[in-house]
Amino acid sequence: MNEQDDKKLNRRQLLARAGKAGISIAVAGAISKLLYDAVGPRGGVEDTERVTLPDFSVQPRPGQVISIVNGSDRIKTVDKAIELLGGIERFVKPGETVAIKPNVAFASPAMLGATVNPELVAEVVRLCYSRGGAKKVIVTDNPINDPESCFALSGIGKAASAAGAEVVLPKAQFFKHTSLAGGKLIKDWPIFFEPFSKVDKLIGITPVKDHHRAGASMTMKNWYGLLGGRRNIFHQDINSIIAELAMLVKPTLVILDGTEVMMTNGPTGGSISDLRRANALIASTNCLAADSYGCSLLDMKVSDLPYLEKAEKAGAGTTDYESLKPIIATVS
Amino acid sequence: MKITQTRRISQIFFFLLFVWFCIVASVGEKFWQLRGWPVNLFLQLDPLVAIGTMLTTHTLYKGLLWALATVVLTIVIGRFFCGWVCPFGSIHHFVGFLGSRRKTTPQKIQRNKYRKAQGIKYFILVFFLFAAAFPSVAASLQTGLLDPIPLVTRSFNLVLLPIVDSTANIVSTSSRFYTGGWLIFAMFLTAVLLNLVIPRFYCRFICPLGALFGIIDRFAIWRIGKRQSECINCKLCEKSCEGGCEPAGNIRISECVLCFNCLDGCGHDIIAYQTRPSLTGEITNPDISRRGFMLSLASGVFAIPAVRLSGKLGSNWYHGVIRPPGSLAEEEFLKRCLKCGQCMRVCPTNVIQPGGIDGGLENLWTPVLNNRIGSSGCQLNCVACGQVCPTSAIRPITLDEKHGLGEFAEVGPIRLGTAFFDRNRCLPWAMDKPCIVCEENCPVSPKAIYTQECFNTVRDGILTIKKVSGNTIETVESNLSLDKFATGDYYCAVRGNKFAKITANTENTIVISSDNQFGEIPAAGSKIEVQVRLQRPYVDIEKCIGCGVCEHECPVSGRKAVRVSAEGETRSADRKLLL
Repeated sequence: MNEQDDKKLNRRQLLARAGKAGISIAVAGAISKLLYDAVGPRGGVEDTERVTLPDFSVQPRPGQVISIVNGSDRIKTVDKAIELLGGIERFVKPGETVAIKPNVAFASPAMLGATVNPELVAEVVRLCYSRGGAKKVIVTDNPINDPESCFALSGIGKAASAAGAEVVLPKAQFFKHTSLAGGKLIKDWPIFFEPFSKVDKLIGITPVKDHHRAGASMTMKNWYGLLGGRRNIFHQDINSIIAELAMLVKPTLVILDGTEVMMTNGPTGGSISDLRRANALIASTNCLAADSYGCSLLDMKVSDLPYLEKAEKAGAGTTDYESLKPIIATVS
Repeated sequence: MKITQTRRISQIFFFLLFVWFCIVASVGEKFWQLRGWPVNLFLQLDPLVAIGTMLTTHTLYKGLLWALATVVLTIVIGRFFCGWVCPFGSIHHFVGFLGSRRKTTPQKIQRNKYRKAQGIKYFILVFFLFAAAFPSVAASLQTGLLDPIPLVTRSFNLVLLPIVDSTANIVSTSSRFYTGGWLIFAMFLTAVLLNLVIPRFYCRFICPLGALFGIIDRFAIWRIGKRQSECINCKLCEKSCEGGCEPAGNIRISECVLCFNCLDGCGHDIIAYQTRPSLTGEITNPDISRRGFMLSLASGVFAIPAVRLSGKLGSNWYHGVIRPPGSLAEEEFLKRCLKCGQCMRVCPTNVIQPGGIDGGLENLWTPVLNNRIGSSGCQLNCVACGQVCPTSAIRPITLDEKHGLGEFAEVGPIRLGTAFFDRNRCLPWAMDKPCIVCEENCPVSPKAIYTQECFNTVRDGILTIKKVSGNTIETVESNLSLDKFATGDYYCAVRGNKFAKITANTENTIVISSDNQFGEIPAAGSKIEVQVRLQRPYVDIEKCIGCGVCEHECPVSGRKAVRVSAEGETRSADRKLLL
């Protein structure tokens, strides 16, 4: 073979090359056709999954909406308060999974009362298992301070685990966008959703605390922990957001702990001198009822907390808790 | 088993141990978290850390005594640390091996030959040591920039681990961030990729720790050498020589990293690890010129005073350099900080960040708080950073000391700086919007942020009454937006001082709260003012500890409306703000 032949393209090579070139052109064309976008991006929020928080409430029973138990021992008062509403069996059925949402907002020790008493959380976990026959109980919150530190320092993580609950810390992928029907603020807003999407029942537990902006932090304010994103901007309209949260979240049961009430420097506290013993514990199937009574522990009236009236107007219940015939008891 | 196999096992063991210590440096009680694991072991075994801090502080901080073991062993057996222990060295070893795989034997011999430039690392060492030692008024510990152990610790903890864990979120529940991590990564990557050009590039030419070993191993009792002088000079011993130390000729003891590949390579059983010197001669001293030595010495002596000409340690100090709690005063701090990143790694809130050069060149990669990053400023009940600091640049303080309790009550709490409000950005101050998230989150007791209540008339808020019926006031104006004033924060004022809370409004009516009546119902035709109730935040400078939680939580998320700067930090007396 001389050099001349070497440089010549024979037919076979030509066909092969033409074939490959054809395929390459076809692929380039197909990709362009497939991905062709005549409009361009519209801007704004990308399409993400939209969710709705399930309704966790149980059948209302007149006369068993709210119970108030006086006493200094939280274990005894919470047992009694739940018993008076029909027992945990009314709320948790055998084989169900339960989420408990305590207020674990701050990385501060339990004794300062900025977070829920860990023994109280543990007792509710135990009740769910032992008498409710729950299959699984998770304890979760999306705190303000570092989540891991909050659960560790408040003692809630340890107490809940010891009682057999699974502690779930918030991860970015647990947040999904939701909108509240008729809501002005909760519109396409990310909420802490994932752990609650897989459970049958939801129990909120929170202490009664002074709150400089909102006036008081109780069971409705506890749901603030479900908000994700830059939730702090809602402080511009704190009353409306709390009222909307009361509409968004329909818990099975809420427990409001007024055994020790944070009277000053709330909601962080930081000193035992901020706390006052009120020896009251409230259980209710309705947040608004619990909070309407709870504000009295802070020496406040219902009209001092605009969010209570707003929630009432929105249909979250009544601020006139007396009309619900609260069951009052004392344990020693 | 061949000794090279033993060496490989040792390298893998120490590398895995190093990775394990990176993983477990998380605050927590699980077995894979920090609960007694000696996460500083490699830094403590590093004699350059010990000698550097000895030069700057004239003391040897407790854990660094471990370095003595390394020094003693090196004096006896040579640079075992480089070839057997150093995790950075093992990475270079492995990548260099990958780069040499397809090469022919002559090419390999060529790659592993001795080069004059291997002397550079000694100049780097001399430069850093004299920067640390001379003159005592401007001593600064900069060895950590190139010291392989701080370098690899920083690269793994602040770059590789966060990237690997960013989607899995196993080591930390939320993704970690480190400002300027790209530069740390670029340096690490460059050092690693250079192995493709010349194996163990970093070890041979740059590593100041290797240089230190090269100086102290000259009296090594055991060393590599030829046991007989007859040698065909096939150079197979240099085929995989990690140190580039010329075992075929006059072996350079200071360059030998004890990889023992020459023992394997020699087909004639001539090379040995023995007590007597090599029979064909050996070179024990590093190959550096007196002139080069003097030049690097002088550069080192002048470097720190030159850097400090910018006055960052004097009146031109940078307010953004907010150090972790327990940090020493700046000058003492710079004598100890290795830039190893252990404090940044362990910080549960991720607020401790590698510093940039805006605080001066010496500030690079030293720990600085950035309250916009992480989960919540410097956590009140946490002292983790000082507990892991290997050199006590951040002292291991107790919570009592941090809070100024117990025996520290006299001294008061440790302040990292002071929060300042930017009233041009703060919602209640600048835009008449209620907010005070900062006050709510201030963890100090009593709160360092307090508020003062005021009522401000809103824009177009002076209205004329048309009619009053019960709690409903009808206005002449009819352009109010529905329920805009119904948030619970708006009030009606009449004649300046009689207030009633607004509960609802339409475009031309305002409903006021039933239990919050005016003293007298204003007459038709008179004016009412719609006012917003504001709680405007102030910092109580006597209480603020500079923890930065307020800055972290401030909803003005771009440039925060409350920002901590280092004024008032308690670690340096000359930066105090209070009388």
